[in-house]
Amino acid sequence: MPGVWVFAETVDGVPKPVVLELLTKARSLGDAAAIALGPGASKSAATLGQYGAKKVYVHEDPAFRDVLATPAVDVLARLVETEQPDLLIFGMTYDGRDVASRLSARLGTALIANATDVTRKDGGWAIVSPMFGGSLLVTTVPKTKGPTLVLVRPKAVAAEPAGSAGAPEVQTLTDPVDSSKPVARVLRRETEKASGPKLEDATIIVSGGRGLGAPENFKMLDELAAELGAAVGASRAVVDAGWKPYSFQIGQTGKTVKPTVYIALGISGAMQHTVGMKGARTIIAINKDPEAPIFKLADLGVVGDVHKIVPQLIQEVRSRKGK
Amino acid sequence: MNVLVCVKQIPDPNAPGKLDPQTKRLVREGVDLVLDPGDEHGVEAGLQLVEKDAGEVTVISMGPPKAVDAIRRALAMGANRGILITDPALENSDAISTARAIAAAIKDLTYDVIICGTESTDGSSGAMPAQLAELLGLPLLSFAKKLEVSQGKAVIDRQTDDGYDVVEAQLPAVVTVTGGINEARYPALRGIMQAKNKDVKQVGLSEIGLDGQAGKAALTQEVVEATPAEARKAGEVVEDKGEGAKRVADFLRALKVI
Repeated sequence: MPGVWVFAETVDGVPKPVVLELLTKARSLGDAAAIALGPGASKSAATLGQYGAKKVYVHEDPAFRDVLATPAVDVLARLVETEQPDLLIFGMTYDGRDVASRLSARLGTALIANATDVTRKDGGWAIVSPMFGGSLLVTTVPKTKGPTLVLVRPKAVAAEPAGSAGAPEVQTLTDPVDSSKPVARVLRRETEKASGPKLEDATIIVSGGRGLGAPENFKMLDELAAELGAAVGASRAVVDAGWKPYSFQIGQTGKTVKPTVYIALGISGAMQHTVGMKGARTIIAINKDPEAPIFKLADLGVVGDVHKIVPQLIQEVRSRKGK
Repeated sequence: MNVLVCVKQIPDPNAPGKLDPQTKRLVREGVDLVLDPGDEHGVEAGLQLVEKDAGEVTVISMGPPKAVDAIRRALAMGANRGILITDPALENSDAISTARAIAAAIKDLTYDVIICGTESTDGSSGAMPAQLAELLGLPLLSFAKKLEVSQGKAVIDRQTDDGYDVVEAQLPAVVTVTGGINEARYPALRGIMQAKNKDVKQVGLSEIGLDGQAGKAALTQEVVEATPAEARKAGEVVEDKGEGAKRVADFLRALKVI
């Protein structure tokens, strides 16, 4: 069985949701192991085991939390050399991307990004990634010796606990963190709280684009979202323009979402955006441009003025909820 | 303060992308080529740093000879000079080859900050800047939506899932910027005229000492298959004649979400 490792990003000992998705995939490909780094890492071992990690490497040094990428790359490079895994899977997250990219340069091995699936092929790996906003699927094979590194997009795999998982073997690492090299150090963390459900978990998402015309018009989206119990999202154009914080952004450089209903308001449907939302079960789009690409994805498209339709829709929803 | 900005020329992202069915490579013929819009923010961030504090912006790119147009665009915005790494052996390079080539080409330059976009708009793996930082042994300040440089340090606001982290590194450092960091300036006519006379140095693999170590000779991966994804079935598109909101509400009710 090939050795398949998952870079297990944890926050205070809780694995990020993407980690459980990656482990679900990893255990179907070989002997799954997880590497959890930072304070509280050992606490995550039980959950990582439930999702299929037979072995969990943990290192509790606070440097893994406070310094970007480099301490993790150091410890991974050392482990790879001694344990020789065949495949390393990372989530396509901020930290996952930095760590995997640096590690690929350190090891000189293949890094394949944006993956939505990993399969075995002719004794090697074949990695599937969407291109052009998901209209094309390309299969890439690594050509290097040594472990292949893959960055898998969040929500590409549904996380499922392993049926018969026992407690994983835990190996606690204590090797000192190299403090001689210049590093990028986190000074403080700021959160931009949004009301309502989190985008990643929401059943309904109401999302706005440049077609809203002005930042104050997001108020009607907030209102509609509140009526529907929905989360509010935004396109990159809107975030780049500073109308909404980045934590609202859906798309290639933002979040990937899979709600039951996605309501796109004034969003043209650039590939950058659609790659993050086309997994929605149902898509509703309102846009004044009948040629907008979003209408090619939408289950229901309304060609019209969002400024007129959205206030009417809020009223419609209110009156129907009363019944 | 000397700033290096890495830029890439890409097919116009507003035109639908195509892969050559034979070679499985991006079709670049017959498509408008532009400076990656993400890199315009990198050039702008570089210009703002040297405008605050004396210094120069050097723009570096890897690509076919016509990628010089992307460099000229950055020069027209105000960058001082350009370097184009171009070599037939670099065609269809992996990100790591780009990182190797840039690291080799800037070996003898002095710089305080290297700025890149977070990812190219066409390839969007976002691997190159971190690989470059690793090869140079430098810290990487990634996903910056704000950048300040003073007293030998760079401090960024780094995007996170639910906000941002304030992250600091000693110079020199590699920084990747998001589109949210600034509004990129349009080149003025004067800038466009001046750009024609600015120095753009072209170098090949042998000149940077990388013969046989980058590009075709060092491919780490190969695309073996490209298939159209199962398309979503487009649904009904209706024109709003006053009934649009009602249609949407009916639809939501049918989905049992209201």
